[in-house]
Parts: sequence; C-alpha cells; structure tokens
Amino acid sequence: MWAFLGSDCMFFGALIIAFLVYRAKWIGHPTPQDVFDIPYTSVSAFALLMSSLAMVLALAAIQRGDMRRLKIWLLVVAGLGLVFVGGQVYEFTSFGAEGLNLSTNTGGTTFFVLTGFHGTHVTLGIVWLLSLFVMASQGKLSQARSLDVEIAGLYWHFVDIVWIIIFTVVYLIPV
Amino acid sequence: MSAHPAVDTTEHSHPGAREYIQIGVVLTAITALEVAVYYLHPLRPVLPPILIALSAVKFALVVMFYMHLKFDNRLFTSMFLFGLVTAAFTALVFLGLFGYVHVAGAA
Repeated sequence: MWAFLGSDCMFFGALIIAFLVYRAKWIGHPTPQDVFDIPYTSVSAFALLMSSLAMVLALAAIQRGDMRRLKIWLLVVAGLGLVFVGGQVYEFTSFGAEGLNLSTNTGGTTFFVLTGFHGTHVTLGIVWLLSLFVMASQGKLSQARSLDVEIAGLYWHFVDIVWIIIFTVVYLIPV
Repeated sequence: MSAHPAVDTTEHSHPGAREYIQIGVVLTAITALEVAVYYLHPLRPVLPPILIALSAVKFALVVMFYMHLKFDNRLFTSMFLFGLVTAAFTALVFLGLFGYVHVAGAA
C-alpha cells in the first residue's frame, strides 16, 4: 500500500503541476477566482478531514474488538465521503452553469481532471469502506483481520492529504 | 526491574482515541485559520507561504499520527517519501521552467 501511495503522490503531483502551469496562462472568463465559493469548499474540506478522524476511530474500534463501533465509524466515514463527493458534484454543476467546464480552456481542463480524479479516488474509497461494513455485518471481519481496515484507512487518509494540498494550492492561494 | 534493557523495536503502539480526537481538534483549528487568513486582505502579499506552511502542518499531522508513519517501520516512510520528494522536485523543476519559481543565479 505504501508503494502505491508513493506512486499516487507522483500521479497527483503531475496533475497539480499541470493545473498551476495552465492557471497562470488562463484565457478569458470565468477564472477560478470568479467561480470559487471558498466557504462552501471549506465545509467539504472539513467533512473530509473529519472523515479521517472517524477512520482512525474505526481502526481503534476493530483493534480492541469492538465490532459495533467499527460498523458505526465505517458508516460515518463513508457518509462524510458522500458529503464530500456530493459537494463536488454540486460544485462542478454550478461551475458549468457559470461557464467553466472541461472544454473552457486548458486551465479548466486541468482543474476538472485534477479535482475529478481526486473525487474518483474518494468514490472508490467509499465503495471500499462500504464493502468492509458489509463484511463486518456478515461477521467476516474480526479483530484478527484489523489489517484490512488499516490498509483501507491508509488509502482514505491519502485522499484526505491530497485534498489538503489541493484545497490550499488550487482554491486558497491566489494567482 | 529487569537487568536487560527492553529491545528497541522499529514499530510502536499506535495512539489511542483521545490522541486521535486531540489531533482532529488541531486539524480543525488549522483549517479555520487557513480560511480566516484567506480573508485577511493585509496578508495577501504573504498569503502563499503562510497557507503552504499551515497545510504542511496538517499534512504532517495526518501522515505521522493518522497514517501511523511516526510509529511504523522506516521502510514505509522511505517508500512514501520517495514518491512525495520526486513529485515535489518535479513540481519545482516544471514551475522553474515555466518561470513561476525564481532560481537563485538564474538569468
């Protein structure tokens, strides 16, 4: 998993670089600053950050054999992930309505590819976590298999730290 | 008391729920600070370094404590840092090539 996360760092690094390069060469309107709603995106970022907290609490629960709390925390993590993805879908829709879409210019393309790939990672993570929830509900996940939850957690925290960077570099730092 | 010192293993026990929640509170506070700083117009000229420093602290807290890299085998740290450092180095090179990062001594 750590080798995969290391390689995914390079993957997202390339996407972030592409966005930064093309943002500085932005042509026409709307620009990202015209359409960004920072308070709204801050709430999404906060939801993802808190999902990381719920994830470690899920891991702590299975490590002490508390399967009921494990299932609750897994649902909380998946729920917060859904809040984030739902927020991103709404954000993309509102950006499109304001004239910023995948084909507006190369800056728009790199923005949607970067944030879209991140959203895809979050969606895959939600599917993974819900699979663990189903396994736990069927009694197929036990304290002895806490490593399964730990590995899913590593992936989940990774999508969180990628968003920490994207939120700062893409949304907060002005051009 | 044992006559032999305890063997120092590479892996240590993970933090408990209380520590996780404390870190969550710190992460929340830093996020609120980031958004507050964004709206302070007098800080605009120094906004990028402040925001990068704050997000670096958040990044480090999640990686060290939530991902347990502080407590796990150093091999994992090496694997992750290899990808991270390669990505950061590539970013600096490309941003330098496109003129967004000023390299000392460059024309």
